[in-house]
Amino acid sequence: MFNVNGVRADFPVLNRMVHGKALVYLDNAATSQKPRSVIRALSEYYEGYNANIHRAVHTLGQEATEAYEAARCRIGRLINAETPEHLILTRGTTESINLVSHTWAKEHIKPGDEILTTQMEHHSNLVPWQRVCEEQGAVLKFIPLASDGKLDISDLNSLLTERTKLVALTHASNVLGTINPIKEIVAEAHRVNALVLVDGAQSVPHMPVDVSELDCDFLAFSAHKMLGPTGIGALYVRPGVLEKMEPFQRGGDMVREVWLESATWNDLPYRFEAGTPNIADVIAWGAAVDYLQEIGLDNVREHEVAITQYALERFMELGEDVDVFGPRNPAERGGVISFSVPGLHAHDLGTFLDLRGIAVRVGHHCAMPLMRHLGVPATTRASFYLYNTEGEVDILLDGLHEAFRYFRRA
Amino acid sequence: MTMDDLDTLYGEIILDHFRNPRNTITVEHHDMWAEGYNPFCGDQVIFSASLDSSARFEKIGCHGQGCAISQASASMMSEILKGKTIDEAKALLQRFRSALRGEVFTEEEEEALGELVALQDVRRFPIRIKCALLAWSTLQDAMDQPMRS
Repeated sequence: MFNVNGVRADFPVLNRMVHGKALVYLDNAATSQKPRSVIRALSEYYEGYNANIHRAVHTLGQEATEAYEAARCRIGRLINAETPEHLILTRGTTESINLVSHTWAKEHIKPGDEILTTQMEHHSNLVPWQRVCEEQGAVLKFIPLASDGKLDISDLNSLLTERTKLVALTHASNVLGTINPIKEIVAEAHRVNALVLVDGAQSVPHMPVDVSELDCDFLAFSAHKMLGPTGIGALYVRPGVLEKMEPFQRGGDMVREVWLESATWNDLPYRFEAGTPNIADVIAWGAAVDYLQEIGLDNVREHEVAITQYALERFMELGEDVDVFGPRNPAERGGVISFSVPGLHAHDLGTFLDLRGIAVRVGHHCAMPLMRHLGVPATTRASFYLYNTEGEVDILLDGLHEAFRYFRRA
Repeated sequence: MTMDDLDTLYGEIILDHFRNPRNTITVEHHDMWAEGYNPFCGDQVIFSASLDSSARFEKIGCHGQGCAISQASASMMSEILKGKTIDEAKALLQRFRSALRGEVFTEEEEEALGELVALQDVRRFPIRIKCALLAWSTLQDAMDQPMRS
């Protein structure tokens, strides 16, 4: 394992006070905090070698290009991508999924085809497929959700038909925490020749994720949930699939030769990266990957399982005051605990906890269909990362006890 | 902000309306009806009202679900509207909106707000202002619709 206090010292923001209390940051599923090395990588780029990439012959341009491509290699290695060419850099998970929906899906989804997804998807892995189905006459189907917050895959074989062209699902739920059995689902999907897109926004930051082990065809994830900057992400596409995909956006850098009436496309992955990319933030993402790998994603996962187990045990003491969603076994879930409090709205609780320095997320977590399924208008969500401690769980629990007393006072 | 600010946000009047909301009905044979929904937090208010022969609010119903601020605001609104004309209700709505924007009032204007003054401190929690306004936006929608004959 690792020294959590040593890790905490690397994150300047964790020292700040909020409303006179030490910050307890439990909103990591929304975005993570950044270590000094990531912040430094940004200023080093702007102070030392800021230049556009891929075209300049001058020194700064070459340094920037090398740093940018080195970061791509590190991010690709993190998920065990076959080559860096199969890792497209995007604005984030949402853009990565939209890229697939606007390119691969446009060509391969025909009228009457089916896309299989789940009821626990973030809007970003649902709404793009609704558009594809509407515009291309396909049908959206859902793997049902069991009462324990896990997917019910007992009927997967009948849900997957020869009409199924794509299975799009999250690796780990941002609301329930549930970690889905991707390997098993991929194996079944491939039997009917459907491709599988995995939303890795909540898994890649928190556990070892290996695309060759999962055997998935697409993996989308974001930098900002894994210690990196906001506004960047990546899309992994399996070799053999990417080569046949049409470009997404068109413009500079994605072309080889341009005439007045036509153009030819650049090599992979540049064909999918039109325009000047977010150079500084990609380089800083590389620093974030270095930081995580130094600690080890398996250690990050172990730490989160331990803290989630502790938190779930402490939540038990609240008895009927709270409904906790998602699987009970910490080994089957990520470090995300969503709960609702009968008679106390999430926003009132969120304001109460904020005044104690505790940052939690309240609302629908961009998963309105799941909220309807759970029968709640909103939930409160505490989500952990490598720098959180059991002491912070205790502060949260104290806050909850006091909130119940406060709002129920006569 | 400190925990004392919490007491200004969730004062006794607000918590009382939240715990014991008034007029949580749908008015039968209503002249006005509207539903307000805030998808961001899932707050919902269903407003209905009947007018008497002199076109004043007679029966008012407000029910729904949501945070203490949105539901207390709806409950208070259901009480304060009684006996008011539509023009008076519109003026009150404007005044309440101004209060949440932080405008300073004369004593007389403040008096017209009645218990609603308790909601004034919501303006110090900008993200919660829309909670306090939900019922009132719903009222606005109801008043903007053609009256049921």
